[in-house]
Amino acid sequence: MAQAFTKTMARNIFYGGTAFFFLLFLALTFDSMGQLPSRDNRAALEGEMGPKIALGKVIWEENDCIGCHTLLGEGAYFAPELGNVYTRFGNSTEAIKGFIASRPAEGIPGRRSMPQFNFTDEELEALAQFLKYVSEINTAGWPPNTQG
Amino acid sequence: MSYQSQSVAKLYFIAAIALFAAQILFGLIIGLQYVVGDFLFPHIPFNVARMVHTNALIVWLLMAFMGAAYYLVPEESETELFSPMLANLMFWIFLVAAGLTVAGYLLVPYSTLAEMTGNSLLPTMGREFLEQPTIVKLGIVVVALAFLFNIGMTILKGRKTVINLVMLIGLVGLAVFFLFAFYNPTNVVLDKFFWWWTVHLWVEGVWELILGSILAFVLIKVTGVDREVIEKWLYIIIAMTLITGIVGTGHHYFWIGTPEYWQWWGSIFSAMEPIPFFMMTVVAFNMVNKRRREPPHKAATLWALGTAVMAFLGAGVWGFLHTLSPVNYYTHGTQITAAHGHMAFYGAYVMISLTIISYAMPLLRGRNAANSNKSQVWEMWSFWLMTIAIVFITLFLTGAGILQSYLQRVAENPQPFMVVQDQIALFYWLREIAGVMFLIGLIVYIASFFVGQDEPEATIATAND
Repeated sequence: MAQAFTKTMARNIFYGGTAFFFLLFLALTFDSMGQLPSRDNRAALEGEMGPKIALGKVIWEENDCIGCHTLLGEGAYFAPELGNVYTRFGNSTEAIKGFIASRPAEGIPGRRSMPQFNFTDEELEALAQFLKYVSEINTAGWPPNTQG
Repeated sequence: MSYQSQSVAKLYFIAAIALFAAQILFGLIIGLQYVVGDFLFPHIPFNVARMVHTNALIVWLLMAFMGAAYYLVPEESETELFSPMLANLMFWIFLVAAGLTVAGYLLVPYSTLAEMTGNSLLPTMGREFLEQPTIVKLGIVVVALAFLFNIGMTILKGRKTVINLVMLIGLVGLAVFFLFAFYNPTNVVLDKFFWWWTVHLWVEGVWELILGSILAFVLIKVTGVDREVIEKWLYIIIAMTLITGIVGTGHHYFWIGTPEYWQWWGSIFSAMEPIPFFMMTVVAFNMVNKRRREPPHKAATLWALGTAVMAFLGAGVWGFLHTLSPVNYYTHGTQITAAHGHMAFYGAYVMISLTIISYAMPLLRGRNAANSNKSQVWEMWSFWLMTIAIVFITLFLTGAGILQSYLQRVAENPQPFMVVQDQIALFYWLREIAGVMFLIGLIVYIASFFVGQDEPEATIATAND
C-alpha cells in the first residue's frame, strides 16, 4: 500500500487538485460577479446619492470604524453591528447623525464609548448615507433581527 | 548551522519575538477595555490598540516566516544565500516601516495618519488587518519582492527539494494575494469579496504551505526520518489544504451580499478544512514515534508536536464549530469568531514560528545542536503556560460567544448589543486573567534565551534501536 502510493502521485494530486479547485473558484467568482448587480444595491451608488455614499465610505475608512464595529458581521466585536443600524434606528439618517455627533469627548466613566470625531454636517450626512446604502444590500436575511 | 549566510535569520527572529511581546501587551489592553470601557480613553481608543495587536501579529509572523526561509532554504539548497546583504537591508527597511506604522497609530489620530500619508491618492486604509498606510503597503510589496528574488535565486542555483519548492510556492502566493489589498472599490460587496482574497487565501491557503514546509523541515531534522516519507505526506497535506481551502473561501460569502449558493459551497468545502490539519497531527506524532535518534532539542520537538495538535484544534475544530451556514447565521461576527481566531493563529502560525525559532536559534547562537537543559526546561515551561492560557482564552470567549449569540439573536426577545455585553462581562474578566497567564508564559519564554547560557549543551543520546 505504502509502496503503491508514491511521492509523484502525491505531487500530481497537489498540482492537479489545486489547479482544478482554483479554476472552480474562479468560475464561481465569475458567476457571482454577474449576479451582484441585482443584490449589492449599486443603484444607490449610481444614483444622486452616489458621491455622498462614496465620501461616507472614505470617512468610514479613514476613522477606522471597523476597528470597533462590525459591518455585515466583519470587523471588531467591541461595538454594535452597523450593517443594519439604519433600520435599527427607525430608518432614520437623522438618528444616526445625532448619535455620532453627541458622543462625549471624555467618554463615559467605566464604560465603552464611541470617540467624538467632530465631523462636519456634510461628513455626518455622508456617513449616514453610506450606512443607509449598506443596509439595503441583499444579505440573505442576515442579521437574524434588528439587534444585529 | 551549515552555511554562514543562514545567520541573517537571527535578526528576523529577534525582531519577531520583540513584536510578539508588543502584540501581547496590546492584547491585554484591549482585553481590559472590554470590561473597563474607559481604560486609556480617549488617548488610546480600542480601535487603535486593536490595530497594534493585530498588525504586530501579522508583521511578526511575516518576520518569522522570512527568518525561517532564510534559515532553511540555504540548508535545503546546499548553497549560500544569494545575497545576505539584500536580506539584511530588507530587514531594516521592514522593521523601520513597522515601527513607524505603530508610532503613527499611537501618536496621531488615524484620520490624520491617513491624511499625512496621502491615502486619498490610493485609498487602501481602514479595512480590517489592512489598516497600514498605502505607502507602507507599497513598502511591504518591495520587501516581499526583494525577499522572493533572494530566495528564488538561492533555490535556482542549489539543490531543489520539495520543502524548498513548497516554501517558495507559499511565499509567491503570499505576495500575489497581498496585491488584492490595493483593490478598494466604493461598492462594499466587491470590497469585501476581494478583501478575503488577501485575508482568507493567506491564512487558510498559502500560509499553510509555509507552515507545512517549516514543519516538514524541522521533523526531518529532529527525527531523522527518511525525507521521502515526510515529503510525500507534505504533498498530500497541502493538496488537501488547497482543495478544501480555496472554495472554502465561500464560508465568508454567506451574508455579505453574495449569492445564496455560497452557503452550500462554503459550508461543504470548509467543513473539510479540518482534514489536512488532522493529517498533520497524525503524521507529526507518527514521525516522532518512528524517530531514528533521541533529539537533544526536546523543546523544538515539543513545539512541533504542539503546532500539529493546536492547529487542528484551533483552525480545524473551532473553525468547524461555526462554519456551517445555518450555525454561522447566529454566530457570525460574535465572540465565537474571536475564540476561533485566537486559537487558530496561536496553534498554527505562532507555534510554527516558535518551532523554527526553537530549532534554529541555538545553532544561530553558536551551539552545535541545542540549548542547555536548563534553557530548554524554561522554554518548555513557557510552552505549557502559553498553550494552556490560549486554551482558556478560547474557552472563555466561546462561552461569551454562545451567550452572546443566544441573547442577541436566538432568544424570544433579542436584546441590544451593549445590554448583552454587560451580561457576559464575567467571561471577559476570565479571559483577561488567562491573558495575564499568557504574558507570564511569554516572559518565561524570553527568559529562556538568557538562562543556562554558560551550561553545556543538552547531550545527544545514541539511537534507541
